[in-house]
Order: sequence, then structure tokens, then C-alpha cells
Amino acid sequence: MRIYLDETKEGLLIAFAAIRANKMRSVLTTLGIVIGIVSVTLMGTAIEGLSRAFNKSIAAVGADVLYVQKWPWGGGHDWWEIRNRPDLTIRHAKALERNAEIVRSISPITGTARNVTYQSKVIENVIVVGTDADFLETSNVNVWLGRFMTALEAEGGRPVCVLGSEVAEGLFPVENPIGKTVKVGNYPYRVLGVLEKQGNFLGMQSLDNRVYVPINRFFKEFQSFRRGIEIWVKSSSLEQVEETKEEIRGIMRKARRLEPKEKDDFAINQQEILVQTFNQIGGVIAAVGLFITGLSLFVGGIGIMNIMFVSVTERTKEIGIRKAIGAPKRSILLQFLLESAVICLIGGIIGLIIAFPLSLIIDQVLPTAMPLSVVGIALVISVLVGVVSGFLPAYRASRLDPVDALRYE
Amino acid sequence: MSVVIRFRDITKMYQMGMEEVHALRGVTLEISRNEYVAIMGPSGSGKSTMMNIIGCLDTPTSGLYELNGVNVSEMNDNQLARIRNKEIGFVFQTFNLLARSDVLHNVELPLIYGGYNSAERKKHAMEAIEKVGLTDRSHHKPNELSGGQRQRVAIARALVTGPSILLADEPTGNLDSKTGAEIMDLFDLLHEQGNTIILVTHEEDIAAHAHRRVRIRDGHIESDELVTERRIVSHTPMTTA
Repeated sequence: MRIYLDETKEGLLIAFAAIRANKMRSVLTTLGIVIGIVSVTLMGTAIEGLSRAFNKSIAAVGADVLYVQKWPWGGGHDWWEIRNRPDLTIRHAKALERNAEIVRSISPITGTARNVTYQSKVIENVIVVGTDADFLETSNVNVWLGRFMTALEAEGGRPVCVLGSEVAEGLFPVENPIGKTVKVGNYPYRVLGVLEKQGNFLGMQSLDNRVYVPINRFFKEFQSFRRGIEIWVKSSSLEQVEETKEEIRGIMRKARRLEPKEKDDFAINQQEILVQTFNQIGGVIAAVGLFITGLSLFVGGIGIMNIMFVSVTERTKEIGIRKAIGAPKRSILLQFLLESAVICLIGGIIGLIIAFPLSLIIDQVLPTAMPLSVVGIALVISVLVGVVSGFLPAYRASRLDPVDALRYE
Repeated sequence: MSVVIRFRDITKMYQMGMEEVHALRGVTLEISRNEYVAIMGPSGSGKSTMMNIIGCLDTPTSGLYELNGVNVSEMNDNQLARIRNKEIGFVFQTFNLLARSDVLHNVELPLIYGGYNSAERKKHAMEAIEKVGLTDRSHHKPNELSGGQRQRVAIARALVTGPSILLADEPTGNLDSKTGAEIMDLFDLLHEQGNTIILVTHEEDIAAHAHRRVRIRDGHIESDELVTERRIVSHTPMTTA
């Protein structure tokens, strides 16, 4: 065991001496690896950031909430078949409310876009959401100011509304909005409360640029931008989501009067589907991205191999001397592999030092930091590149005939 | 006297392009412990080939080579490397030191491949360096030393593992005559101390130090004679070298 340690130490000493002796060459050779590691690391960081951004957004969509909709999430469906499905109506929501047992709350949801005005202030294209009093429970949002609509107000279709935080800020920068009357489209609504800030979904759609009104009033005054509604169902608990799903599926099928052999003509969506879809897309993006950036590392590896061949040729005499005094093949192989691995490791470290500030720039766009795993993988990869590209030259060195090598000038 | 080297009908053949070169054509030879042998011959005689085979750098095409009773003629590369490490001390015409390493590290090198720990290495290396009188130069690089000093470092490196034979290939070929004489004095002294020494040379002056002269010509042993009239030499004190 000790002999391996000693030979490794000897190999490292030689490696550093060789690198010092050929500074310019070492720098240029290392540059290939540096560029490779920088690009791979940044790609890894960006992919990680994308994944984090998604997970952060998806957390807003509760894992215990099922979305009964006309359209299934994810791809691979027959567009025409789904388009021709009957729309979901408030009748279905009522059926679910009457019959479902493993649920905490059920909310019918529909929406459209309207301008919302208060005195001279206008906010254009606010999403007007028609729903009921259970929405607060179903969607996991909290009231920041005032209150949400009551069941009575919702059932009775009263002209009341609750503002998303962005709308509230826009219309009431200083005033207290509670009790004020705003115009949603052309109709007056009294403000009951303001919801907490929720952020955005996948960086696209603000969840705060919304106004919530009783769904019964919504149908009288607005037309939904999609025909029909969707129904959000919150399961009694996270563990019972699947059971809830089966239960509401049964109720829906009954409400739709489907024969046992007929397929569902509605979709019950859940967060998991989004995650799956994202993982598929994200996996492809990651594979393609890492492959392309990996090419630069490959080019760097070829540079290393080239320079190691030069190094072996230059030091043929030295190899001969070492062999004459008893170095076995393994020691010579180890010596050159170490040299190549050290060059690449240095390249990897420099690459990481350069990549780190650049990853902070990516952080401005995607919520990320260079994960420790990427740092570790980058270092392992750079050593691996060194070993792989150094192997052929090192093998050739180890196979040199001592007599020929000693004679080499 | 115990036999260190036993050659039994050794031949060596090279393929040079289309031509077969018979470098050795059946050499039989025995060298005993503490002999001082000069192997002589003009260039192309086969003496380099013979040296390479004795030094286990090369293996014979046919014949038997026993080193200390062990058949080395059919060993593989790694076994030969081990034999070179333990049993053979090489001294080359061009010194063949590692230019980037200091004297101590050069002398330690065989011990690294021999698997000694660093304390033992340092101890043995310093002893060998002391034998050749370079204790105060142990941290110099080869390019900071004179030719004679470099050859002393090479001799220290050859001695450090306590090999069965010291194999010197034209050890004075790159030195001026005065320095060369000093190096030969050192070999004489090492012989007196019990080492087995084989000199490969074409210079009569150098061969004159040996007790036995083996002349090679065209791959055969032409003559093998004990030298009765040895040249009288006075040893110069090592420390003044």
C-alpha cells in the first residue's frame, strides 16, 4: 500500500515540476479544460435554476388539490376528442358538493379579463375570477386586509369583490380599499378585502393581478373566456388525494351519465402531472444542453491528449532512466496519468472560479446558486477527462522499451 | 567464489527492416562475486547488447541467463524491472540523472520504486552520497555540479539499493582524463569494498583497472583473460573530489 502512496507522491511531484517547467504550454492546454468546465458548470447551474423556478411556482399549486377540467394537462391527447367534450357547468360543481365526502372544500372557478377602475385609475386586463366562498380554503391563499366573500354573498350573487394585491396597490396606493366601490368592466362592486401577495406562476402569469367575484354574479355580468367552468377540489388530506380523485371521478361519471365502458369526458388534473411534464421537458433540455457544452470539454480533452503525447516524447530519456533503475510499467503509467489529471484538475478549479461570478448573473434571471453538487461533479469530470485523455499517452510511455528509451536523444 | 552471472549459450537477434542482425552468437560466460571485469570490443561487436542483457534491460533470443541462480532469461517486463531495481546498479556514460531533481532525490529514486519508506530512503541515500563524497552537495541540482560530480551521483544512485553488480557503460567517456581517473579510483575502491563491477568500455586505459578482460568481436567472446599485471593506482581521498 505504501509503495502506491509513495509512487503517487513521486508522480505528483513530477507532475507539478513538469507543469512548472512548461508554464506557457500548461496554461494554453489548461485553457481548453477551463472553457469546458465553465460552460458545463453554467449549463448545470442554469438547468438547476430552471428546475428551482419551476418547483417554486408549482408549490403555489397545492399538491392536495384536484382540478376537474375539460382539458387534461400534459401532452399526448387527441385534440379533437377533447374539444368536443361537453363543458363543465355549475351543475357539476353542485353535484360534487352534494355527494363528495373525502373533500375539504370544492370551488367552481371561471374567469375572464376586464378593466378595473376606481375613480380615474384604470388597470387593464385584470383577470376576473368567479368563484364561491370556499375558494379561500381550496386555493390556500390568505386574506391580507378585510375579508373574503361569505357563502351568503356568494350564493346570492352580491356585487362584492376581493382584490389581488397588485390590483389593490394599483387602485389604492394610499387609501384603504375596504368598502370602496370599484368598477369591474361596467359594473360596480364593493371591495370586501385584499389577498396576500402570491407571486407569479412560472414567471408568466401574475396571480396578484386578479379580482374575485361571486360566481353567480359573474354569469350574469360577464362571459367566461373559456366556455364552461373548472372545479377545484381540495382533498381531506394529502394522503387521501388518490381516493378523493376516484370518488369525484365516480360522481362526475354519474353526473355525466356515462356507461361503464365509456371513457371519461372530463379530466381530473393534479400537480403531479405538471411535475411529470416538466421533468420530461426539463430532462430533454438538460441532456441536450449538457451534450452541447460537453463538446467543449471534449475538445479540451483532445488538447490534453495531444500535449501529453508531446510530453511523453520529450521525456523519453527520463522514462528510460526510470525504467533502468527499476520503475515498473505501472509507475510510469501512473506518473503520466497523474500529470494529465493534475493539469485537468487545475483547469477545473480555475473554471469554477470563473464560473462562480457568472452564475450570479444567471441568478438575476433564474433563482439559483451554483449548487455544491455541480461543483463536485465539475471537479470529478475534469479529473476524469484528464485520466481518459491521458491514458493513451501514458500507456505508450509505460510500454517504451528501456533500451530504446535510454538511447533517445 | 559464488557465481553471480551465468551466461549459457546466449544469442540475440534483431530484425532491422528486412535484415536479421545477429548481435550475439552463443556467448557462455560466468562472473563471480567481487570480480572486476572489463567487457571490451569495438563498436558493433555486440558489447552493448551484452551489457543490456546483463543489466536485464533486454532479454536474450535464446540461451540461459542466471543472475544469482535465478533464471532471468524468460522474465516479463515487470519482473525484470524488479530485478534491475534490486540487483543491478547502472552507471551510464551520459550520467542519466533527472535534471529537475536534486542529488538526494536522484539517489533516492531506486528506493521509491523499491518500496522503502521515506526515512529509510533518506538514510540509505545519504549513506550512498557519503560514499561518493558528495554529502555537502545533496541539495544541488545536476546542472549545478561538474561532470565528475554528476557521475558520482550516478554511482551513488547505482549503489543505493545494494545491488549484486555495478554495471558501468563507458563511465569516463564524457569526462576529462583527470576526472576520469578519479572516477576509476572510486570504482577500484568500491571493488575493494566487495562490490562486483562490470565495466563496458573500448578504452584500454579504463580496462586496465579490471582484473579480468573479456573481449567481444562479432558476437563471440574473442578472449577472456585474467590480468596479472594490474596497473598500480593510488587512491585520491574522496573528500577532495
